[in-house]
Amino acid sequence: MKWARITAIVFLLTVSAACLLADFIAPAPYAHQFREEPDASPSRQHPLGTDDLGRDRFSRVLYGTRVSLLLAPAAALLSSLMAAFIGGIAGFSGGRVERWVMAGTDLFLSLPWLFLLITVRALLPLNVSPIVSVLITFAMLGCLGWAGAARIICADARALAQSDFILLARASGSNGFQLLWRHLVPNLKPVLYAQFWISVPVFILTEANLGILGLGVAEPLPSWGSLLRELEGFSAISGQAWQLVPLILFILVVSSFHLVLTKEELPV
Amino acid sequence: MKKLLANFVLLTLIAFGSISVAQSGGELRFCLRSEPKTLNPLLAADDASETIRYMTGGVLVRVNRLTQNLEPELATSWKLTNGGKTIAFQLRDGLRFSDGTPFSADDVAYTMQQLMDPALHSPTGDAFRSAEGKVGTEVLPKNRVRITFPAPIAGLDRLFDQVAIVSAKSPQKEMAVLGPYYVAENKAGSYLILKRNPNYWEKDSSGHPLPYIESVRLDIQQNRDIEMLRLTRGEIHFINSLDAEYFDKVVSQDPSMAHDAGASLDSEQMWFNQVASSPLPSYKKAWFTSTNFRRAISEAINRDDIARIVFHGHARPAVGFVSPANKFWFNTKLQAHPFDQKSALQRLAQDGFHLQNGVLRDREGHAVEFSVITNAGNKYRERMATMIQQDLSGIGIKLNVVTLDFPSLIERITRTFDYEACLLGLVNDELDPNAQMTVWLSSADSHQWNPSQKTPATAWEAEIDKLMRAQASTLDPKKRKEDFDKVQEIAWQQEPFIYLVNKNALSAVSPAVHNAHPVVLRPQVYWNIDQLSLTSEVAKNR
Repeated sequence: MKWARITAIVFLLTVSAACLLADFIAPAPYAHQFREEPDASPSRQHPLGTDDLGRDRFSRVLYGTRVSLLLAPAAALLSSLMAAFIGGIAGFSGGRVERWVMAGTDLFLSLPWLFLLITVRALLPLNVSPIVSVLITFAMLGCLGWAGAARIICADARALAQSDFILLARASGSNGFQLLWRHLVPNLKPVLYAQFWISVPVFILTEANLGILGLGVAEPLPSWGSLLRELEGFSAISGQAWQLVPLILFILVVSSFHLVLTKEELPV
Repeated sequence: MKKLLANFVLLTLIAFGSISVAQSGGELRFCLRSEPKTLNPLLAADDASETIRYMTGGVLVRVNRLTQNLEPELATSWKLTNGGKTIAFQLRDGLRFSDGTPFSADDVAYTMQQLMDPALHSPTGDAFRSAEGKVGTEVLPKNRVRITFPAPIAGLDRLFDQVAIVSAKSPQKEMAVLGPYYVAENKAGSYLILKRNPNYWEKDSSGHPLPYIESVRLDIQQNRDIEMLRLTRGEIHFINSLDAEYFDKVVSQDPSMAHDAGASLDSEQMWFNQVASSPLPSYKKAWFTSTNFRRAISEAINRDDIARIVFHGHARPAVGFVSPANKFWFNTKLQAHPFDQKSALQRLAQDGFHLQNGVLRDREGHAVEFSVITNAGNKYRERMATMIQQDLSGIGIKLNVVTLDFPSLIERITRTFDYEACLLGLVNDELDPNAQMTVWLSSADSHQWNPSQKTPATAWEAEIDKLMRAQASTLDPKKRKEDFDKVQEIAWQQEPFIYLVNKNALSAVSPAVHNAHPVVLRPQVYWNIDQLSLTSEVAKNR
């Protein structure tokens, strides 16, 4: 499976590079409406045609991928760090602290995410720019996505806290912070990596779902969610195969993340 | 020789299936988008329930959806007296409900008592509540009935188009009907079967009893794609209220099925929050209450582009709150506001706005930026908002488009007033201006830009109040039209609502359905349900 991982990494790097260079590659500004050419077929000027408002689809795919691909890992990092902190402390402390923290985590897990996101989104100020709105959306995803990972990290931390080398470190006079920082965290790294890589496609999917509900990234900024909304209704896309490009790219990127994850799991 | 010729004609008709013959029988099939919430015609409020009411309910008078004129149904004549407080109906003789129970003036009196019973909470009854007091019904000799209301109601006779008469004596209660069909089967969440009412009173010009079609099957189907697929497979006979995208799909598949009846009564509009107590900064309140500002925004929006791109050409730029489809009440002197960004900037300059490095600023130097909220998931509104965003950037205004789930949006526009502008649509079924009272009176809850005012906030709102009350208190159609035309002119000048487009009434009808003439008024395709018929092949197959 090594070749598959290498292909996935190369693919992700290529896509990331294309997105970062979108300002130079994109044939038109992502928000500009070519009103005389709505729903246009691919042409030299518009390699993937235009959307229903006449915006260049290729440019929107580039910028939309940039938004989703940069911010989903950022949200995943945030949630993984929160999970590491909460789960690590709970697992390491054990006893009553662990019971209370995990009860809180279970309660958090039982919350209906989607409704919570919709509610929080509705409470936000209205006059925020699309960039700020997308940052808020992914920050919310990051803040809400830690609970599942925290349970796993707590279980790992508990097992580590009871291991012989921690006992040895205690016996040799290490204090709580030293135990946590020097011994526990390095040993939790593999599981944290795994949680991070799992979270990235999850957040991309969540943003896409929010986008399909019209609650994701604000117009005119594109994201995979807004790009995938074009595919609502199979009758609307028949005969326009180029509309499927964002979906295919989305599937490839999410699959690549999973292949990369396998690489991280192997050394464990 | 004559016999030979007749046989030849007959054989030709049979050989060429396209010349199919309309005949009685068959099953008409179409989809409801949701389950009817009630089968009681007096409680119908949702689309599905109103569909059932329209097809099963017998009414005293009916608004002809094609001509928009009032026509006799169960009543052969009617007369308004007492300054519009009283209406007397002469009823048809010898009619029976679907279960055989005789129809009489007692049933009309019973229906009105039920309708006006506050405990019933009938949405149809609300239209008759012009003032506090009891509604009197009087059964008169010779099959006549007189109904007296506590206060005059303008357009009273047309309101009876919505009142399905129920039986006072039938053991089947409201399920005994006087309309062309009755509900024979109701499989909750799945389908309803309506059967031909054997006691329906109307006959065609040759004396053939109506309706022609034996039964109607209404499948409950929310998914528009599946509905489209079923139409193309021939499993259903028509789709009412098509979206522009689906309509184009029908045109590409079979143009003969596609029917564009023209601009409907429905409108899409945006408005600014003008509520004095809203939590907006004072400089923004000053923008939104300025007529020049609102007019400028209106002129900076390219309505033609919205109609062409968002609605694929199946909409027309809106003139005002009355659609041109409303033949009598529309003020023909008015035109849609033209797209003119130069004029928009001139209007803004009158209020001290100026462009600075491509950014519009007010007199105090605030950059003009505001948000527009609309309901999430409505792609047409989201597209309109995005187009307006680009249009307004042409005059240096930054517009932020915010999509909210519907409850949050309603909370903001009706309770907290924490919004700047809102883009929504209005579904309108009523032709009479009285239906607009709840929007245009400054004291009304639905006076959306500044609701429930104790006294009118502006002189023009006071003028509208006066004119709307004046038109509601007279029975003279000419006087009412004059007053209502003035209201439309004021609304056009002041633009508290910036009307964007009137969507066209689009539908798809199978060639198997005869005598279908879709119109702009609901229920578009089946407004003449009793006169629809199916081709002989379809009728036989069923």
